[in-house]
Amino acid sequence: MKSARIIGLVAALAVYAILPQFLKSYGVYLMTLLCVYLMAVFGLNLIVGYAGQMSIGQAAFYGIGAYIAGILMAKMGISFWIVLPLAAIICFVVGLALGFPALRVQHHYLAFATLGFNVLVFLVMRNEEALTGGTFGISNIPRPSLFGYSLDGALPFFYFSYASVILLALVLWWLLRSPWGRAFAALRDNPIRAESTGVNITAYTLLAFAIGAACAGIGGAYLAALVNFIEPGQFHLSVSLMMLLAVIVGGSGRFFGPVLGSVIVILLPEWLRFLQDWYLAIFGFALIVMMVFLPGGLLSIADRFKSAGGTK
Amino acid sequence: MADLLQLIISGIATGAIYALAALGFTLLWQASNTINFAQGEFVMIPAFLMLFFITTAGLPLWAAFLLTCIVAMLLLGLTFKRVIVDPLIRHGVIPLVIATLGLSIGVKQLVKAGVTAQALPFPNPFPDGLLALGDFKVSYADIGTLLLAGMIVIGLQTFLNRTVTGRAMQAVAQNTDAARVLGINVRRMVLYTFLINAVLAVVAALLVTPTYLAKFDMGDSIGLKAFYAAIIGGFNQTRGALLGGVLVGVLENLTGAYISPAYKEGVALLLFLVVIILRPEGLLGKAEERKV
Repeated sequence: MKSARIIGLVAALAVYAILPQFLKSYGVYLMTLLCVYLMAVFGLNLIVGYAGQMSIGQAAFYGIGAYIAGILMAKMGISFWIVLPLAAIICFVVGLALGFPALRVQHHYLAFATLGFNVLVFLVMRNEEALTGGTFGISNIPRPSLFGYSLDGALPFFYFSYASVILLALVLWWLLRSPWGRAFAALRDNPIRAESTGVNITAYTLLAFAIGAACAGIGGAYLAALVNFIEPGQFHLSVSLMMLLAVIVGGSGRFFGPVLGSVIVILLPEWLRFLQDWYLAIFGFALIVMMVFLPGGLLSIADRFKSAGGTK
Repeated sequence: MADLLQLIISGIATGAIYALAALGFTLLWQASNTINFAQGEFVMIPAFLMLFFITTAGLPLWAAFLLTCIVAMLLLGLTFKRVIVDPLIRHGVIPLVIATLGLSIGVKQLVKAGVTAQALPFPNPFPDGLLALGDFKVSYADIGTLLLAGMIVIGLQTFLNRTVTGRAMQAVAQNTDAARVLGINVRRMVLYTFLINAVLAVVAALLVTPTYLAKFDMGDSIGLKAFYAAIIGGFNQTRGALLGGVLVGVLENLTGAYISPAYKEGVALLLFLVVIILRPEGLLGKAEERKV
């Protein structure tokens, strides 16, 4: 069973790697966008699915990462390789600064604080024209090069983003397997009991939140390089809500939940273009039905069948 | 000085509308731990319903308003509770939050795709023009808004504090189990809360749509403001929603006039963040004990 799963995973990864060879540039762009988006959503899954916190501000960190990349790379010509760790570190620190006071008082207040933070960040992006370009945004953000090899083309940048998101996923996977990561599961399942066994709830949750924010910052820097142009609308509160829904729809707390959720949120609307606005209308109502019948997300269907089989 | 006073009065009028939406928000939370992320859409739907009754059925505004109250009670009160809240409330707060989020997206896009993506004008229930007392001018719309919202709030408070049903509703909000033991029909009291929330949303729609215009995403802004207002004032206090709504309305007006129109929302937003961090129970709220 275990090895079958690994083979399936490797096959899926290989298909995703080969597919862009047969696609036009827009298809390659979408597949790259999914990789970039996933960096932020993997981070959010750490916060929502493993640390059990609601965050409605992931797009704010995504945006902070993107604007750091935009301002430093397009306006000052600083290398992507300096910008990338900078975006991650700044988002991590901002995450600590926002999460510390919010988590200290009461746990579900992180959701409210992140919501307010997202709106505030959006206002700053839109209004501080001297720094952020206001509603005109920042254009002409260059793509990086790797060991002197330019990643300007659609395909090279796809493979670069794809390799990066896999690397990020591996780091997160290792993190969750570590004793440190296992404390998360204890936290989410029974915070009070976890606390009584010596897990410092606030410290662990805070760290999870800051790491999740840093992932979004990394994703943001890649996004800036992918689309070459950023503006405030890309980081609106509604984007955060969609990211949260991507985690929930796929199955929060499942490692591959965000992948399925992001496909539904990012790729399906493109394939189902003929539905136009109806797609989101159907998505919204389907979400209600899902919460009633399948609150664990789409990936929990498999568990359903397993437990049904087990009781026979 | 007259300018400042005018800004404050029109701020209070806008804030009164936020307060109505926020009031419904806190009532739902108290009675059933429902955080309704579709509260903004609960204002948008009645706006379109009223327009439909006015333009298609040719009704006058007051008749359209009354008819919409009835439809809203059935749709946003009874149906919302039966179909979405009742099946989900057992699972805790989060699934319901997600479901109302889905409802918000679904309803918004349904109106955008199925009705119109444009902003439609809405008749003003109050006469145009300004009332001038010397230097000091205030619009009839602001006066009317304050009077109507004030009447609704006072009426609601009287109902909650002076009638048996109202007191039973408060008992349910404070301690559901004790209320049940005392023979209060908890389910019915919770249903009343949902009906009241629906009517409050219709009144908010009547007052806000003439300036906001009827548009599929008009609820985004008012829902967010109602949310700020409820948290700033205190999630578990009805009076808190009123204070929060008025504070948000006034701060918005003052920020827009004296600091920067671009940061109109900014100061209220900062107050919201400061309250969350320093006084999470809200300005008037009581701290909730952690339940094991």
